[in-house]
Amino acid sequence: MRIDVNGTTREVTAGTVADALDELGWAGAKVATALNGDFLPAAARAGQRLAPGDRLEVLAPMQGG
Amino acid sequence: MRDFYGVTLDCPLMLGTARYPSPAVMERAFRASGAEIATVSLRREAGGGQAFWRIVRDMGVRVLPNTAGCYSAREAVTTAHMARELFETNWIKLEVIGHADTLQPDPFGLVEAAEILAAEGFEIFPYTTEDQVVARRLVDAGCRVLMPWGAPIGSGLGLNNRYGLRTLRAAFPDIPLVVDAGLGLPSHAAEAMELGCDAVLLNTAVAQAGDPVAMAEAFALAARAGRIAAGAGPMVPRDMAQPSTPVIGKAWL
Repeated sequence: MRIDVNGTTREVTAGTVADALDELGWAGAKVATALNGDFLPAAARAGQRLAPGDRLEVLAPMQGG
Repeated sequence: MRDFYGVTLDCPLMLGTARYPSPAVMERAFRASGAEIATVSLRREAGGGQAFWRIVRDMGVRVLPNTAGCYSAREAVTTAHMARELFETNWIKLEVIGHADTLQPDPFGLVEAAEILAAEGFEIFPYTTEDQVVARRLVDAGCRVLMPWGAPIGSGLGLNNRYGLRTLRAAFPDIPLVVDAGLGLPSHAAEAMELGCDAVLLNTAVAQAGDPVAMAEAFALAARAGRIAAGAGPMVPRDMAQPSTPVIGKAWL
């Protein structure tokens, strides 16, 4: 299915957010996620089903002031 | 010494981690200054986040995640939730921006977000103005630190409203104050500390200096000097001269 990942359309076969992160190369990465604008805790990723058109934000530590 | 949610700082300097020429220079700037707090942000992972995190983690400093770039309370609250999980801290530098040119805080969104986050156990460092009424609302919401701006972020203009900062200090004697944003020179940091502030937070003035490592050290020395001066009881200024050398005993010549 097609979902939006960090503003880019991506094709994933995964059915859950956890599997999508693995598929997109972020297995084990230090990231925080939001789905359709709401924070999705790491513990909830495995149980969170994806639907076509979902917007997934994958954020990482970054430089800041 | 006032503490920041239970943490006392030997070095009253909080440093940002952005805009350095290289990660190595950033590390050396932190070492040279002795800064114990590093502000960080969250952004879309595009390849550099993991390496950046390893560098910051290895510096051994306490991280203060920000909600930079958020223009609504909702955005800031969601970012804070993500930051708490990612950085494993209840600390949040809460920024709700109200204007794109001045990057000045939106006090209404700020108070709204602070109320939500304080109820959830966050320890909030609110980026605010020197407005006393807003400060009262933030303290009532549960903030135990206030971070009034010196001048617009990245401007280097120093303390635009000394009167406002002095009255804020007087109005909230028990709340730690951090002047955040707008400092350009070490003398600005010294001045903020002389006014009785408890720390200064800066980024661009160090990171964009010709020699960030030397400038970081200069800011740390200035902030320490200002802190010592504030504790030493500065003299009260006066308009007329007053001879320091005794007048009595001067020879008739």
